Amino acid sequence: MTSAPVATRDLSIPSPGDITRPALAGEKETMVLNMGPHHPSTHGVLRLVVELDGETVVNVAPDVGFLHTGIEKSMESKTYQKSLVMTDRTDYLAPLSNNLCYVLAVEKLLNCEIPPRATAARVLLVELQRISSHLVWLGTHALDLAAMSVFLYGFREREQILDIFELVSGARMMTSYFRVGGLAYDLPAEFPATVQAFLDIIDGRIDEYEDLLTHNPLWLERTKGIGILDAEAAVAFGVTGPGLRAAGISWDLRKDMPYCDYDSYDFAVPIAQNGDTYDRYLVRMAEMRQSARICRQALQRLHDLGPGPYVTTDRKIAPPPKSEITHSMESLIHHFKLWTEGFKPPRGDAFVAIESPRGELATYIVSDGSPKPYRVHMRTPSFVNLQALPYMARGYLVADLVALTASMDPVLGEVDR
Amino acid sequence: MTWLDIVILIVKCIVLTLAATTMFAYFTLFERRLLARLQNRVGPNRAGAIPLPGGQRILGGWLQPAADAVKLFFKEDVVPVMADKWVYIMAPGFAVIPALIIWVAIPLGYWPDGAGGNLLQLAEIDVAILYLLAVTSVGVYGIAIAGWASNNKYSMLGGIRATAQVISYELALGLAVLGVVMQAQSFRTDTIVDAQTTLWYIVPQFLGFVIFLVASTAEVVRAPFDLVEAEQELVGGYNTEYGSMKFALFFMSEYIKLIAMNAIAVTLFLGGWKVPGLQTLADAVTASFGANIGNAVFGLTSLGAFLLKVTVLSFVSVWVRATLPRVRYDQLMDLGWKVLLPLALINVALTAIVNVILPDNIWISGIVLFVLGLATLIGATILSRPKYTSSQVTMVKNNARS
Repeated sequence: MTSAPVATRDLSIPSPGDITRPALAGEKETMVLNMGPHHPSTHGVLRLVVELDGETVVNVAPDVGFLHTGIEKSMESKTYQKSLVMTDRTDYLAPLSNNLCYVLAVEKLLNCEIPPRATAARVLLVELQRISSHLVWLGTHALDLAAMSVFLYGFREREQILDIFELVSGARMMTSYFRVGGLAYDLPAEFPATVQAFLDIIDGRIDEYEDLLTHNPLWLERTKGIGILDAEAAVAFGVTGPGLRAAGISWDLRKDMPYCDYDSYDFAVPIAQNGDTYDRYLVRMAEMRQSARICRQALQRLHDLGPGPYVTTDRKIAPPPKSEITHSMESLIHHFKLWTEGFKPPRGDAFVAIESPRGELATYIVSDGSPKPYRVHMRTPSFVNLQALPYMARGYLVADLVALTASMDPVLGEVDR
Repeated sequence: MTWLDIVILIVKCIVLTLAATTMFAYFTLFERRLLARLQNRVGPNRAGAIPLPGGQRILGGWLQPAADAVKLFFKEDVVPVMADKWVYIMAPGFAVIPALIIWVAIPLGYWPDGAGGNLLQLAEIDVAILYLLAVTSVGVYGIAIAGWASNNKYSMLGGIRATAQVISYELALGLAVLGVVMQAQSFRTDTIVDAQTTLWYIVPQFLGFVIFLVASTAEVVRAPFDLVEAEQELVGGYNTEYGSMKFALFFMSEYIKLIAMNAIAVTLFLGGWKVPGLQTLADAVTASFGANIGNAVFGLTSLGAFLLKVTVLSFVSVWVRATLPRVRYDQLMDLGWKVLLPLALINVALTAIVNVILPDNIWISGIVLFVLGLATLIGATILSRPKYTSSQVTMVKNNARS
């Protein structure tokens, strides 16, 4: 598949109208099948307009925008702290990754210092988030191919991760736990033991899923050589994340543009060669194990650091603790100013990219010196990765379309923002 | 035949129909509970729970099938505007009737009625096997018609898939059964069961049994061959546009057919209602309580044994559903035509050759056939193993770029 150069291959991304138009004279009559926005396996409200010849996909047009919530625009009318909670709602399977990307961008704008304890906690929680996001991907991917037990096994472990999130932030999904300057609250005392309990079982559980799928002949039949996205095309489309790494390109921002001291952790980036659905599966499975490895190191680091500040001591950015407000005039003023007005970053812009479970997630913030961002833009991996879908799907069957869509793991909240 | 005989026959038919539908209802409960267990869930455990004085509740869920039925009865019955109305309404009937009439030719047990007949087999047909094969494949008309009449693209794709699938697996299924017919030298189901007194046909017809299991799963469009309804691709396939009792009828036909296929597998390969020591038990009861009680004990025990064997096969069906991903349309065709059909032909040839060459002793020919069948199966597995490009995950520690 990789022999022909990109230029000679059909990289076009059709719009629904290209497919639904009547056949011209001399053109072959095809059937147009409308999959979605309400369909069991489009992972949200994705609409796929599929042109079928029998059961073979001739062309497919992804139609997005059904979940458009205007998050980027709404942020312009909210202070920086209040905009944070909206980031949870974009990629709702990895809210902490979105939180992280946003707070890193604001912190870059403010040029503020983060206590090491907060950074280690961020790394730990974001890697747990990666595992939980990949577990949802694994479950739904397997469910799309009708291997339904894996779904429930995966959700059993995800439940444990969500319990950890609930423990630290009080919320299971929309955590908003990372704040500009650090964390929202300190980590609770039972946190290390709870995380350790999870890390003790997760490797065995991943083995369990792999026992069910990795060498299963039916799974191989359904995923091997399906939806090939070669390296050249992946780069042309701007695909990032496991889709790119499965095509053999080692591009992981945790290694290549380290943030949050990722360069001080010992982990590896799994890559594969074929770029098919099976390789994307293998890469994600290996990533989960690597994430667990990073979690262990981060937990150890938290232990070594001992108790300490969990948020920056700069009172212009993070509010003072309640105890201080009661007997310090200064603190009271800071609290009042932060809550009524918010902080004012200097004029300028900041761009921060991180490796979210789905690929390269970036936030670009323009500040005009007021307490509200002038413009926030998110470069969301799902949206970009979805562009490759028509290229990957042409020539395969309807059943494969479902499999390869699942293997790209799009989250529609993130696609439409 | 007096009119009394006719009345008795009608009563028997009604009892058999009710038995089949009840079996279907409880099979759904069995499946839901078992699937739940296999997937770390609880399953339906509320309907009909009986509170005990200690505050415990037992037998939760036993009324679930009734609750499901009531729910479906009270759903609004919608006919799509663009559907072909009469065909649309008739299709569930086409699906469910063949599923029900399969049961007349299956000996559910042996309860002598004193006049040489068997109370637990409604019709003793000379060509019962042909009848079973015919009736099991007629059911696909219901699905194909439903897919066409709904006037929905998903339904139509489902209907087309169903037709292709059932036609492809019909051949392998028929040839798998042929091996048994050659062994027993009869098309009668009761004769086939009687012929398995010494040795169940699963031993000499091991290859046939495996083919039959796979082909019958495909024939009743059951996971992993359920691509006719394939929720993830075709939403619901042929039954997408069906609701209320019409959907329930499709559901019913599918499950009754599944149980019936398992029942046929038991009859042909697992000795039907036969269990060792049954005759001794019946004789002992007859000696002390009389022939009527003895016959009843024989009948009920054989029925119980039959149902137990069907339950074991049903367990396998649910287990397979919980474990395996669905195959793809073209892979299904490949399996049917390129693997199962040649294997079934080999099985027929082997059976013929062994039965002609070897002495007429079921143990010798049985074991020889078993070994040959197993060898063929292993050989076919090795030969038909697909060649994939190898996948390797490389761990990159440090990128050259950084």
